[in-house]
Amino acid sequence: MEAATTRLRGRPSGGHGYGSAERRLAAWMVSPSLVVIALVAAYPIGYALWLSLHEYSVKVPGLSRWVGLGNYTDALTSGEFWSATGTTFLFTGISVALELAIGLAMAVAMHEAFKGRALLRTVVLVPWAVLTVVTAITWRTIFEPNLGLAPVLLDKFGLPGADTVWLGENGYALGVMIFADVWKTAPFMALLLLAGLQVIPDDVYDAAKVDGASTWQRFTRITLPLLRPAILVALIFRTLDALRIFDLPFVLTQGANGTTTLSILSYDALTKDRLIGEGSALAVLTFLIVMAVSFIYIRLVGGNIRSLTEEG
Amino acid sequence: MTTRVLGRAGTATRERGEAVERSPRRGNWLRPALLTIAVILIVVFCLFPFYWLINVSLKTGADLSGADLFPPSPTLDNYDSIFRNADFTNALRNSAIVTVTTTILALVVGSFAAYALARLRFPRKFLILAVILSISTFPPIAIAAPIFKLWSDVGLYNTYPGLIIPYLTFALPLCIYILTSFFKEIPKELEEAALVDGSTHFQAFRKVVLPLAAPGLVTAGLLTAFFVWNEFLLAITLTSSSDARTVPAAIAFFTGSQKFEVPLGTISAASVVITIPLVALVIIFQKRIVAGLTAGAVKG
Amino acid sequence: MAEITLDNVSKRFPDGYEAVKGMSLDIQDGEFMILVGPSGCGKSTALRMVAGLEEITDGELRIGGEVVNEKAPKDRDIAMVFQNYALYPHMSVRENMGFALKLRGVDKAEIDRKVEEAARILDLAPHLDRKPSQLSGGQRQRVAMGRAIVRDPAAFLMDEPLSNLDAKLRVQMRAEVSRLQQRLGTTTIYVTHDQVEALTLGDRVAVMRSGLLQQVGTPMELYNEPANLFVAGFIGSPAMNFMPATLEDGAAKLPFGSITVPQELRERMGRVEPGKKLIAGIRPEAFEDAALAGEHHDRGCTFRAGIDVLESLGSELYVHFSVSTEESIESDELRELAVDAGGGEVPMSGEEGRIVARLDAASQVRQGGEAELWVDPARLHLFDPGDGRSLTSRHSAPPATDGQSPAGHEPAPRQDELEELS
Repeated sequence: MEAATTRLRGRPSGGHGYGSAERRLAAWMVSPSLVVIALVAAYPIGYALWLSLHEYSVKVPGLSRWVGLGNYTDALTSGEFWSATGTTFLFTGISVALELAIGLAMAVAMHEAFKGRALLRTVVLVPWAVLTVVTAITWRTIFEPNLGLAPVLLDKFGLPGADTVWLGENGYALGVMIFADVWKTAPFMALLLLAGLQVIPDDVYDAAKVDGASTWQRFTRITLPLLRPAILVALIFRTLDALRIFDLPFVLTQGANGTTTLSILSYDALTKDRLIGEGSALAVLTFLIVMAVSFIYIRLVGGNIRSLTEEG
Repeated sequence: MTTRVLGRAGTATRERGEAVERSPRRGNWLRPALLTIAVILIVVFCLFPFYWLINVSLKTGADLSGADLFPPSPTLDNYDSIFRNADFTNALRNSAIVTVTTTILALVVGSFAAYALARLRFPRKFLILAVILSISTFPPIAIAAPIFKLWSDVGLYNTYPGLIIPYLTFALPLCIYILTSFFKEIPKELEEAALVDGSTHFQAFRKVVLPLAAPGLVTAGLLTAFFVWNEFLLAITLTSSSDARTVPAAIAFFTGSQKFEVPLGTISAASVVITIPLVALVIIFQKRIVAGLTAGAVKG
Repeated sequence: MAEITLDNVSKRFPDGYEAVKGMSLDIQDGEFMILVGPSGCGKSTALRMVAGLEEITDGELRIGGEVVNEKAPKDRDIAMVFQNYALYPHMSVRENMGFALKLRGVDKAEIDRKVEEAARILDLAPHLDRKPSQLSGGQRQRVAMGRAIVRDPAAFLMDEPLSNLDAKLRVQMRAEVSRLQQRLGTTTIYVTHDQVEALTLGDRVAVMRSGLLQQVGTPMELYNEPANLFVAGFIGSPAMNFMPATLEDGAAKLPFGSITVPQELRERMGRVEPGKKLIAGIRPEAFEDAALAGEHHDRGCTFRAGIDVLESLGSELYVHFSVSTEESIESDELRELAVDAGGGEVPMSGEEGRIVARLDAASQVRQGGEAELWVDPARLHLFDPGDGRSLTSRHSAPPATDGQSPAGHEPAPRQDELEELS
């Protein structure tokens, strides 16, 4: 590494000066983080890969047999995996789309309401601050059959659904889960988008007004294109989170009634059925899916990250 | 980066607000009226569910089955009962210890790395930052089983360090990202002045950069604390008893064990108790938290 | 107290950009040396290498006779004043000024004594316990100076320290800096892009362009004997007028007339091919209203010119007039100067050239009128358009380009050049 640097800087050999002290300090300062990450991310991922290639179960002591890609072919040919993948992507697609729409509407409203914006920002942070587990409990409480707020209100106004056991039926349960997720994270989305709105210079709007653009045209032709980077980042954050969703279905339904996401499926295989090999294969597949999506993330916002490491 | 951007935008919007008021078209009442409705909707949307939880937590017995907006006979019985529940109080203690320890460690370790990434000249910088940030996209489920096995082997299962170490790993990317962008904002000349004044790089970091990055440390610390306090999957995987189990896990099992007779009141009370500190922090540090959350979204 | 020597020092950045190329410069103990040049010329990089904030790619840097290439800034015993002052915002003025001493482990009473003494010299005593944000621009600038002088360092390094002040304060602080440097007698390197600052402050001035040292000398030497087109055009305000010229029978043929080149200049020029195209340079103050030239009238050359613009400054007049030429002059140096001056045109590059002359305030010249002007032949500069070298300067040297060094130095070729040659 030293040699490479030397060549890069075009210095003659010998004498690295205090610049090498700087590199040494950098190494000392970065290594604790890298060690922790290697210990708790790199090693376990490697171990998970190893486990996923073995038949390994705590039920049978000492059983650890190389099965190659057997666990993967099992998983990929099982209906459960594809149904969980479908559920995960359905959940991700609907909830992220709703969050974007609602978040954008909230952001625009907050941007216009310049007087109470600080207060609104605090209000909007409340759902974000509520623990995911508590969010799940809250919505479970509201949809509690017979005594929850939702059935009681539906009953009062004579609307359908009062007798539905919301969390007990396929489709409805996923709906409640999406609803809870939207409640918790649409405001977060709104904050990201609001920050994006605030850096759009006002004279651009004035220029558009002079050019004769209507309010709606200003929104679609100016706001949305200029907000694109913020929208992109928000979408990416949310998509990666939604693909890994675990807390909500776990507390709402324990993964029953069509809410088994990939994380839940892997967790069940690992803990309930104690199929460490198969569970690991499922976990690795989840990991690969999320990684594939994050690859897009790096491609899209890599420039943002690179700017952090550029010489100022 | 973020604070300055927001600050500048703030003044720009104030001017714009005046422009809106001066706008002659569209009547003088329609726009403000729509805006007021929108604001009310946002407030209700954001606060009502949590209010409902508080409402439920103040009810007992038969009141629970009514959907009253206010508890007919408010009572603190539920709170009384959860604070006498050792599982819950232990979990609170565990959460506090794990959260505080992880946050401090993440700030120390993270600020070192962030400073090196923001300022020092060394090779492979982008690669290192990319590796660190990629950890934030890891699904915890992918490492849960291996860590569980590893911890069981080395005796860290169901202990504080057993939680703190993985939490540190997941908190570091965000910490480092936020701190790096804050450190970048501190004029480089200040450190150069310190170097010329006779300090080492490390002294320049400790005596000049860190004090100036205090807002960034607060932001990164808060987001780390929120993450740790909230974490669920690893909490249920890596703990088995109230020796180390944190509140989200404890509450979830609170319910799991009594599936057919959900103690609505007490669970709500417990949920409120563990959420209140976070809401308080949000109210106090709104600005800092927003700065941190939007650090990546707005390119300053 | 120390002398500073740059011995063939170069700076190449990792991206391959070479900011400073083989710079050799001796700064005497106690000398006030100015590095001046347009932005991007490498002057700040050179200063930062002396400070130890940039690594030296090639060559040797000595402070007080000791090679310091490998030393960290803290071990070089230098103090620096930054363009943006770089005051620590979280420390009071007192703490800012005492920070370096504290790092060195000086005891508190001694720090207080030194800080207060410096504060007294700089009129900062009432502000010692304030934070930098509570100070005016001028006060902040003085704190930055104070932070340097409490150190009693071997050398002061100043990176455009006055550029953030408004014009009036800048003039005032310029005098203060000069007084302070004389009083302390500390070796000082001062970087600026402002040639007026350079001329007024420095014992000697080093002009840089594109990483290369062009000329080093006292302000008067640079002004009167610029070694090449670049220095001639950069130093002086309003800038020197440039125009095409040819030499015939000991006379320079200029767009507005012929000037007999004085014997002394002719000797310096040596043999010049008759009819060779040259570039002539005449400073605005080499002109005068012919009516006011007095006894010098006869040894000069007079001509008539239509006055386009007249600017009266009270003490003097500036007149602008145009001359038509058949040919234009081409020079990279002049083009760069024009760009640096704010994207203006290269003087005399078109069909019509504009010339600025400074006349005595007593002149009766009128805008729109025609006037008879006189030009002093002794103050004629002639340059070789090929390499930009002055033919008439005592310190003549071609503008240093890659691999060449400025007047007075003959460094060994660098390794990479040898490789290129082989």
